[in-house]
Amino acid sequence: MKPPAFEYVAPSDLDEALAALAADPGEARPLAGGQSLVPMLTFRLAAPAILVDLNGVSELAGIHERADGGLSIGAMTRQRVLERDPRVAARAPLLAETAPWIAHAQIRTRGTIGGSVAHADPAAELPAVLLALGASVTLAKAGARNADNDDQNGGGFLAREERELPLTEFFLGPFFTALEPEELLTSIEVPGMGEHEGTAFEEVARRRGDYAIVGAAAWIRLDAGGVCEDVALSLVNAGPTPCLWVGAADALRGRPVTADSLAVAAEAAANECEPAADMHGSEAYRRHLVRVLAERTLARAAERARRPDEREGSA
Amino acid sequence: MSRAGSHLVGASVLRREDPRLLTGQALFVDDVEPAGTLHLAFVRSNVPHARITGLDIEAARRHAGVAAVYTADDLGELCAPGPVLVPPPPIEGLVFHARTPLPLARDRVRHQGEAIAVVVASSRYVAEDAAELVQVDLETLDAVVDLDRALDPEAPLVHDDLDSNLAAHARQMKGDYAAARAEADHVVARTLRYDRGVAAAIENRGVVADWDAREGRLTVWDTTQAPIPIRNALAGLLGLGESQVRVIAPFIGGGFGPKIMFYAEELLVPWISMRLGRPAKWIEDRYENFFATTQERGQTHESELALAADGTILGVRDRFVHDSGAYDPYGLTVPINSQCTLLGPYRVPSYESEFRVVFTHKPIVTPVRGAGRQHGVWIMERLLDAAAREMGLDRVEIRARNLLAPDEFPHDHEILYQDSASLTYDSGNYAPLLQEAARRIGHDGFDAERENARAEGRRLGLGIVSYVEGTGIGPYEGARVTVEPGGAVSVATGVGTQGQGHFTAFAQVVAAQIGVDPGRVRIVTGDTSEFHWGTGTFASRGAVVAGSAMHAAALRVREKILTLASEALEVSPTDLELANGVARVRGAPDVSIALGELARRANPLRGAVKPGTEPGLEATAYFGPASGATAAGVHALVVEVDPDTCQVEILRYVVVHDCGTLINPMIVEGQIHGGVALGIGNAFYEELVFDEEGGMTNASFMDYLLPTATEVPDIETAHFETPSPLNPLGTKGVGEAGAIPVAAAFAQAVEDALSDDAPDLEILDMPLGPGKLFELLRETGGLGLEARDESAATEAAATRPVRGDARSPREGEQ
Amino acid sequence: METGVAVTVNGRAHERRVEPRLLLSDFLRHELGLTGTHVGCEHGVCGACTVLLDGEPVRACLLFAVQANGHEVTTVEGLADIDQGALDTDGVPDLLHPVQRAFHQTHALQCGFCTPGILMTTIAFLAGNPAPTRGEIREALSGHLCRCTGYQNIVEGVARAAELLACGDARVFGRPEAGDAHGSDPASGSPA
Repeated sequence: MKPPAFEYVAPSDLDEALAALAADPGEARPLAGGQSLVPMLTFRLAAPAILVDLNGVSELAGIHERADGGLSIGAMTRQRVLERDPRVAARAPLLAETAPWIAHAQIRTRGTIGGSVAHADPAAELPAVLLALGASVTLAKAGARNADNDDQNGGGFLAREERELPLTEFFLGPFFTALEPEELLTSIEVPGMGEHEGTAFEEVARRRGDYAIVGAAAWIRLDAGGVCEDVALSLVNAGPTPCLWVGAADALRGRPVTADSLAVAAEAAANECEPAADMHGSEAYRRHLVRVLAERTLARAAERARRPDEREGSA
Repeated sequence: MSRAGSHLVGASVLRREDPRLLTGQALFVDDVEPAGTLHLAFVRSNVPHARITGLDIEAARRHAGVAAVYTADDLGELCAPGPVLVPPPPIEGLVFHARTPLPLARDRVRHQGEAIAVVVASSRYVAEDAAELVQVDLETLDAVVDLDRALDPEAPLVHDDLDSNLAAHARQMKGDYAAARAEADHVVARTLRYDRGVAAAIENRGVVADWDAREGRLTVWDTTQAPIPIRNALAGLLGLGESQVRVIAPFIGGGFGPKIMFYAEELLVPWISMRLGRPAKWIEDRYENFFATTQERGQTHESELALAADGTILGVRDRFVHDSGAYDPYGLTVPINSQCTLLGPYRVPSYESEFRVVFTHKPIVTPVRGAGRQHGVWIMERLLDAAAREMGLDRVEIRARNLLAPDEFPHDHEILYQDSASLTYDSGNYAPLLQEAARRIGHDGFDAERENARAEGRRLGLGIVSYVEGTGIGPYEGARVTVEPGGAVSVATGVGTQGQGHFTAFAQVVAAQIGVDPGRVRIVTGDTSEFHWGTGTFASRGAVVAGSAMHAAALRVREKILTLASEALEVSPTDLELANGVARVRGAPDVSIALGELARRANPLRGAVKPGTEPGLEATAYFGPASGATAAGVHALVVEVDPDTCQVEILRYVVVHDCGTLINPMIVEGQIHGGVALGIGNAFYEELVFDEEGGMTNASFMDYLLPTATEVPDIETAHFETPSPLNPLGTKGVGEAGAIPVAAAFAQAVEDALSDDAPDLEILDMPLGPGKLFELLRETGGLGLEARDESAATEAAATRPVRGDARSPREGEQ
Repeated sequence: METGVAVTVNGRAHERRVEPRLLLSDFLRHELGLTGTHVGCEHGVCGACTVLLDGEPVRACLLFAVQANGHEVTTVEGLADIDQGALDTDGVPDLLHPVQRAFHQTHALQCGFCTPGILMTTIAFLAGNPAPTRGEIREALSGHLCRCTGYQNIVEGVARAAELLACGDARVFGRPEAGDAHGSDPASGSPA
């Protein structure tokens, strides 16, 4: 199971990387953590002509604290960092809680948050979790070619073009996103969490570290009286595209959080999701698990929203 | 057996092979790469059944770095069906159609992964590139996928020259089942299934061959469990003398059965080396391993157990279909093991067992750890559980009531075993095993434990089953023991080693007789130049058969030592003892002579020797048991079933077993742990999934799930030793024991955990999984799981706006 | 088209020109001759190829050799102290790393094929968690497939390694214990 041949480019800054993608759009493919891409090559399911290795572009890694209490996370930030960095635990505890569920430590050493989001696997944890957090992404590409300035940095490209997109507009289908062929995802913007907000994640997998049979990520904000002001529920591996499931949210929004209202919300999630049967479970089994996990994660998120000191999810 | 050094047998000596393995210095086949090695990649069928209508290798041949591309047409006489490795036993009325694969397919492919062409190139990378350029035109044909449909009149034929897909039909009987059934107070009948899995040794297969034309010598490194038969076959097929061929099985990364075969690659790699005059190398990749390496077996059983009112077994009738895959090179070993092992440790007066083996368009089935024994245990233990439930008997009690008593040995079951001898249990004492297992798992107090857990919302269940394992069969093995002038001892034997600790256990056996530290005993296994008589490592026989041969050889060396030492020290041999590498006078240890010195004296360079003298301190001995030795055991476990997710966790696991004399308890326990892990895999995690056309859909470790450290619990083991009278060590095999009864125990425990919530739940098919358990519970209405109202789901799918955005996520999708 | 790679492996610098698609696992094994790192699946699941990249465990089969350019790799061959200790008559380093000693003591290996990867993960794991619980050990090992041992003795080995590391200097050396047997190579037939 050896990969097919490709050309290799190892840029040292972002503009170089964008220029490489712009020079051969569609032929050039970014290499981030490689934990999903390399097996595709060894199974010869993909044969990109050019790989642009982002691992040397240090400006793509790094976590910055935002003024709104959130985080700006560089796309090449390793999943291991999400697990260990105290800023993540403090400002985006859902990420810290979820990271240990992603495969195994050896995969998380290399796997990146940007790579996972750009890969848009509906069975992956990070897309779902970031949706629940209301995150958005920054996409960048090289600017139009400036024929008059061939000897500028970037080989004659104008300043890069950037755009920000909420994740709800980013995932378009299974393994399909709004990324244009010459675009790179450069950062993930995670808004800050306010008072009376809580999050929770849970998945059911065959073995520790496996893809989830089904998973759920919940975010909730309560008012002072414990009534749900706003809520978001996303699911792992319960539909063809990473997305939010509004039926559950609509059922809970504006209502006091009780066992009954949680059960109604979970039932709504189980009905509206679109799980596909596979060797690990039938559609009915997955809907059943969705109901169980939606209820559990919404309940736990609400519990944490009530007790901010326990908001930090245990890794 | 001599008492000198006998403390070594039964000691948990740490393994001498460890430092080499731990430091990455151990040689595995893929580590071998002589200068100039060419690399092979095979072009394999990606469909289960097809006619080859076109094959164009030109583009591949011309690819840069390619030395050659071969197809069936290049093989000449070698393009012939491979040998049947194990002729079936002489069962009366046996029908057996042997069909074995060609080294490269011609005209037809009969299973996914069957090799059609082979590319030889400068690297595996290049070979795979060129393999993609080979144009194979396959006309896809309908495939037989379901073993239960293989004998349907309209089923496509796997082998056109046969009338049907029947590969074999055998019936073995004792007593009179019809009469037993007629007088029975209770009869339970069930249809039971146990399906395929792969051995998945972490090291894939591989062959390196180096033909030296000047010396006329072929050296082959091969991940085989049986280098001697490979050597013999290669010599025969390639027109070489056996002494011109050396097959080396170095360190092997796990065998488990499928590395004991004669595969096409084992012939083709040497042939290519001879043809091209360069070393040739093929290393299987994991994807190939799912198709090109043999695997475990599917069986469907229609079974019946006839009992008296007190739970005494009167008779068993079992009719089953066994899936052999596309060919049957390993004869009937697996179904016969199922047939024989079903009898278990029980008294079964009447037995009627009939099986049909069928061809299907699936990869070939040959023994994998357990080798069909688990199917026999699955049937008997499930039938006993069903009977216990229906008759209101305790499941330990019904087993205890039927166990053979210690005075019933040797016990002849009157049917033939895989070694063509009558199935006879040599020795055993079964009741204490069951009692001890029940005690350790907490059987007596378990009802209370289950109730307490239930009050906390937890579902706990207990499973306890018993089994026997036929081990240590012939035909024979041999060993040569030599004391070297330096005082070290070297031993050679024909079996191979795949992690069972032979280098240590065998050293203990020899050291016990010769009176040296096991660290001074150097064992060579798996090299046909060092020892070239024997059959190989399989069927839990290494320690029994090779170990016994070593013991015999060591004894003869011991006699030589004593004779020579008595002459040298001028005392009677009976006044001598061997210890610490010397022969010394008992009671006057200063009067001694080193073994190395004796070895030197035994090999004079000048002078005369007495006629009939053999030089050196060396002896070769062979051991061939009259029949196999029967080990036995009981597995017990406690599981917790999550009522919300249907996940199952094993909380405690106990193995009580009896494999006769233990040579190295630490190694034995390790073998049991590994076997149980495999059993857990087959029970709840491992499943080969085929689509309707017969294509395997989960040929990778991402979707074929081996249990890991978080799925396998701590396993408590207890040993009983009922020696075997069949060999001087009194030992029995244990390599497969851990894997054999796990599924039966697991199923019983899960049913027990859900007995209140789902009293009608019966697990009759393996493997299980949380999704399957969920479906079973829905079918039986267990846990309040009703079929959900799917209409609500359909309605909700109609609109799906998302937070902060009224656009459906479907927009923008291509 | 070949690309340059300069990588330090077990403290020694290497420079080569290789195809970009050459996997790090193949580079280590066949380019550098360090065959202790084994290949079991080539899709990142079995863990046999695990090495340390700048001290962190990674799957060598999911990295291209060129990606190791400028980095430090540690493989199983870098554990036993070859420089300080003598080699025994068969060329096996006499002084084992505490993790290796611990695995030997607890019978944490049978065929040994998955073992090097597990050793590397264990070293990184214990560096970050020097006194782990059994449950944490099992979780740390869950990224490795072993078909021989059933994991129990490996868990014991990791626990024992934690003890050995805790009770001595950072690297505790010593011969395998009395009653152990030194490993002279049982399997002959190694090529030149």
